[in-house]
Amino acid sequence: MENIEQRVKKIVAEQLGVNEAEVKNESSFVDDLGADSLDTVELVMALEEEFECEIPDEDAEKITSVQQAIDYVSAHLNK
Amino acid sequence: MSLQGKVALVTGASRGIGAAIAEQLAAEGAIVIGTATSESGAAAIGERLVAQGGAGRVLNVTEEGAIDALIESVEKEFGPIAVLVNNAGITRDTLLMRMKDEDWDAIMDTNLKSVFKASKAVLRSMMKARFGRIINIASVVGVTGNPGQTNYAAAKAGIIGFTKSMAREVGSRNITVNCVAPGFIDTDMTRALPETQREALVQQIALGRLGEAKDIADAVVFLASDRANYVTGQTLHINGGMLMP
Repeated sequence: MENIEQRVKKIVAEQLGVNEAEVKNESSFVDDLGADSLDTVELVMALEEEFECEIPDEDAEKITSVQQAIDYVSAHLNK
Repeated sequence: MSLQGKVALVTGASRGIGAAIAEQLAAEGAIVIGTATSESGAAAIGERLVAQGGAGRVLNVTEEGAIDALIESVEKEFGPIAVLVNNAGITRDTLLMRMKDEDWDAIMDTNLKSVFKASKAVLRSMMKARFGRIINIASVVGVTGNPGQTNYAAAKAGIIGFTKSMAREVGSRNITVNCVAPGFIDTDMTRALPETQREALVQQIALGRLGEAKDIADAVVFLASDRANYVTGQTLHINGGMLMP
């Protein structure tokens, strides 16, 4: 089983059509990885599916970087 | 214009334009789920569509949570919805000076809010599929206005604005969003008009006759098909030349 960080990075790379090597923890979806607003919505949808959780809109808005996604998933999966 | 195997949802499919749309989509090979507000209406739709793999379902578009629940259950049973036709609509005609709040609200909820709810609910699977066709049934009245229909015209014009905005939002995902704006079509809705008003209306139609529900269904089939791949945000006027915008 891959760890959360790897799984998040894989999804980010797939959704945004970038190389997995480009996806750094500090990467911002919009500024570094070229995502538009619809991409970020889709990304959250993909994360919800991968980790079988629901991410409320008010939380989704705060997930703007790879690290934030990792942190969010880590915090909510362990509950 | 084959729609073979595509799942299509048509709201308000028990009679009139919606029934014709459901029938034509099914004739092109789509798996059509048509909705009606009553059990008996849904059963009748089911009988007409079952041969092509479709079904009838009960849906009151104004009932809280009903649209989301229906779309979820349809996608579970039949697969992701590729074509959504927002057709369900009612009239509550009266002059503005006599119009009650409930006449306004009923039209907005049934004719406009339902379009928002259903379009949003199908979007997740359409974005994932990188394909989707949303076809909203507007009205010539939404463009020209009509005395006695301030509520209806406002809702129909609202649908056109919604369509354009949504088309811009989701175009990059290969989802098209269009309107069909029927003119004066021979249905129960227009049969309710007084004879003198019907005659006066026909005078304004270049083709000199009322349209048939099938005329609208043909336009919907076109927009749902791959012949309309590069058409989005548009309002297709099917009105016999009653209005030439």
